[in-house]
Amino acid sequence: MENNNLISYLLLIPLAGGILLLFVEKSKESLIRYLGFIFSIIAFVISLFIYIAYDINKAGFQLIDKFTWIENLHISYHVGIDGISLLLILLTTFLTPLTLLSSWKAITKKVKEFTFFMLMLEVGMLGVFVSLDMFLFYVFWEAMLIPMYFIIGIWGGDQRIYASVKFFLYTMFGSLLMLVAIIWLAVYASSSLGHFSTDLIELYGIGPVVQFEIQRWMFLAFALSFAIKVPLFPLHTWLPDAHVQAPTAGSVILAGVLLKMGTYGLLRFCLPLFPQSAVYFAPYISILAVIGIIYGALVAMVQKDMKKLVAYSSVAHLGFVVLGIFALTQESIQGAVIQMVNHGLSTGALFLLVGILYERTHTREISEYGGIAKVVPVFAVFLMIASLSSMGLPGLNGFVGEFLILLGAFESPVLNSWWYTVFAASGVIFAAVYLLWMYQRVIFGEVKNPKMNSLTDMNKREILILSSIFIFIFWIGVYPGTFLNVSAKSTETIIQQVIGGAHVGEEHKLTIEKTGKDILFLE
Amino acid sequence: MLNNIEEFYNMLPLIILGAGILISLCIEMFAKDSEKILPWVSIIIFLSAAFYSLANVNSVSVIMQNMLATGGIVNIFYFIFTLGTAIVSLLAVDYLKKYGAYYGEFYLLLQISVLGMMLMAGAKDLFMIFLGLEIMSLCFYALAGINRKRLKANEASLKYFLLGAFATGFLVYGIALLYGTSHSTSIDIISSRFPDLRSNLLFDAGILLFLIGFSFKIAAFPFHMWVPDVYEGSSSVVAGLFSTAGKAAGFSAIIVTLGVLFNGAGNNIFEPYLAVIAVLSMVYGSITAIAQTNIKRMLAYSSIAHAGYMIIGLAAGSYNGIAGIIFYLTAYTFMNLGAFGIVSLIEGREETNLELKSYSDLASRSPLLAALLAIFMFSLAGIPPFAGFFGKYYVFIAAVQSHLTWLAIVGVLSSVISVYFYLRIVVLMYFGGAGSKISEPGLKIENHSAGLLAVIICVLFVILIGIAPGSIIGLISSFLR
Repeated sequence: MENNNLISYLLLIPLAGGILLLFVEKSKESLIRYLGFIFSIIAFVISLFIYIAYDINKAGFQLIDKFTWIENLHISYHVGIDGISLLLILLTTFLTPLTLLSSWKAITKKVKEFTFFMLMLEVGMLGVFVSLDMFLFYVFWEAMLIPMYFIIGIWGGDQRIYASVKFFLYTMFGSLLMLVAIIWLAVYASSSLGHFSTDLIELYGIGPVVQFEIQRWMFLAFALSFAIKVPLFPLHTWLPDAHVQAPTAGSVILAGVLLKMGTYGLLRFCLPLFPQSAVYFAPYISILAVIGIIYGALVAMVQKDMKKLVAYSSVAHLGFVVLGIFALTQESIQGAVIQMVNHGLSTGALFLLVGILYERTHTREISEYGGIAKVVPVFAVFLMIASLSSMGLPGLNGFVGEFLILLGAFESPVLNSWWYTVFAASGVIFAAVYLLWMYQRVIFGEVKNPKMNSLTDMNKREILILSSIFIFIFWIGVYPGTFLNVSAKSTETIIQQVIGGAHVGEEHKLTIEKTGKDILFLE
Repeated sequence: MLNNIEEFYNMLPLIILGAGILISLCIEMFAKDSEKILPWVSIIIFLSAAFYSLANVNSVSVIMQNMLATGGIVNIFYFIFTLGTAIVSLLAVDYLKKYGAYYGEFYLLLQISVLGMMLMAGAKDLFMIFLGLEIMSLCFYALAGINRKRLKANEASLKYFLLGAFATGFLVYGIALLYGTSHSTSIDIISSRFPDLRSNLLFDAGILLFLIGFSFKIAAFPFHMWVPDVYEGSSSVVAGLFSTAGKAAGFSAIIVTLGVLFNGAGNNIFEPYLAVIAVLSMVYGSITAIAQTNIKRMLAYSSIAHAGYMIIGLAAGSYNGIAGIIFYLTAYTFMNLGAFGIVSLIEGREETNLELKSYSDLASRSPLLAALLAIFMFSLAGIPPFAGFFGKYYVFIAAVQSHLTWLAIVGVLSSVISVYFYLRIVVLMYFGGAGSKISEPGLKIENHSAGLLAVIICVLFVILIGIAPGSIIGLISSFLR
């Protein structure tokens, strides 16, 4: 395993950019915009180097960087990536410059603060995806709330205060319970390791042997935190508020990356650390995921506000991802990983397009529009592609993920029922209904609202942003292999960890029952 | 008496402070405008005492005929007290003029109170604790009412005095019972007889009364009634002092007495009592703070909640718990002093601008102060990567290690509640909350460079402790083995 510091550079670049921005004079807005954009582009270039340096044929974590941070608690700065985190890092560094570019005209007040918070947000998100120490992970996970809170609260819509506080408290509630679980696990680890440890790789050996009765609670504490972030039905109520009130850039990052932190957490922590409980709870969580798919789609259908419609479609799409994760087959988890990327791209694109319309007309009501195909033909084409991608049309990216998830869920030994697939598949149909219906009402027909006649079509900057997203939408749709291969080894490892861990757990339980004692009890 | 030169060095922080008090007294008596000189003199005294406490941190010894301990965690407490009061003095430089209490004796009282705190932290004898406590408390009563022309300050002072005297009664009664059962006031002797005394009901009652007496000083439920009124009535910098150094002194006394009882693990007979007051303080403090409209009262209730988090460390009854408390106190001193410091900067003449609504839109009126206060609020709320988070983290670890997972869960839930009122300040400052732009003329923020410097020092510590918590917790733990 070659040891270089690429990942640390990746974290440092946006951080350095943010700190540098603090010293730039407030009035030099375009300089600030360019600086922010350049730093996020450098981060993207570094992530490409990481992609080149990463060996997709090896399992396990690579590009590891580690040094001690808090010595007497054995907490270290320990970062490294596997295929799953690599894809999400690429998604993050890809979307961040695009969102900065998209806010070129949309954000006019407090540009300096905005760019600063966006860069800090990038550090936080990347940190979450690369941390291999639970404590470090937690620090990034929580620290990331602060910039997002400000982005929604300062640049958001009319209800921004309500939305931002709700977002903060909701997430904080879940993650603090996770903190107790992390501490409990680290204390438990000290009985077998001889020292307090939050190192993920060490804990991978500890988590599965925790007594099932206790493991169940720890799993729930972790899962609650991640489920709120995903968000899994019925914990999704913060999402429509946050999405609708956030500025376009905030919504794109929220949908594109932040929600993925929840599903990433489930994959990285819940499954390998608590395999027995994961298997035990898989059917229940899958039921919630399926409810989320159908509920999200049905609620999206009746929305009058375009942004809300896209927000609820996220609940449905993330339901697919969670179903894929808890079907616990390799196909389904591969599908879930690629679906995370897909959702980031297509929902990101949809939010950007809604933002582009909103910038011009200052309304998101579907009924205000109609027949704008004649006025803004380019926009109509772009919205068509994004909608088709989001509903999972074969040939575009959405299809690949959903197909793999449904396939995996169908043959899943853990779920052991095809009803999940049947209901989830109906979600695909609903998705077509709400997206096409929205498209039809906004784009086709006669121009009812005279204001719409003066709409200007997308400019070069906007075309550039969306075209770069569309490249990947087509790429994944036509040749998903490029991306599936990256995560193949890693998802395989996770499956093995779950199967092996559940097995180890069973054996351990038996030995405990025989000797009749346990190391530590939860009071 | 001084046995040798080494003992002299070990008690240097105390000597510096004692000499400093005499010098300041002379300055106050003979210099014409002592108000101008004294702040800087006392800052120098505090900083040099802080420096020597850190320099001597490794020379653990017992001095003054087994009355005082030095070195180790005692010196860490010295450091917290002296650095905290140095920041208070810096804040007071311009503030007292505005507050209408531009008196030199303010700094004198500050120095004497710190001497009292130091005696408490180093005490090896129950009398020493009592002596230190009374020295500190008397100065605190006077400091609360330093502006004798102001009715509210007088009320705060009187209330503090009456309730404080009441609490001291508990304490003295507790000491009497401890002496009666163990036939000694020396903490070492009491702890050596502890195994025999454990089952003695009078001895337990003595410790309980002792704890109750100190619950008052650390502002823990149910002895918190004075906190909001006194914080509101006394000046902002003094309230900052009460909530940080005062609280640290209370905890230091509890730690030096009860700490010895933790020698044998599992001897923590007061775990149920401590756990209950921890829960009540956290929950009561956090919930009541939501309803406050005055920022000083809000910080007062938050101070009650923080006392609760620290008591979790006591309830854990382990060295890790104590290390957690000391770390927490260090972090808390900087973040809470910073918060009170900003309150004192924004406060107008005649105690205006203390309502929460005075903070609305602060971000555009004074971006620097708003950003600093936001950091203090996030740190107080326990959000990484700021210092406050690590304090809570260590205390919760200690709780889980001592099989008090439920207490940690209550702790995190009350943190979620407290996030709400801390965030409200951030909302007001940045999100243009309440909707109304205030146009009172008194809202102009006066420029105080000394006060601003103090607040910036606080924020630097809050961030540095957040980046490198390991070295501090390592230092503290190394003395607790």
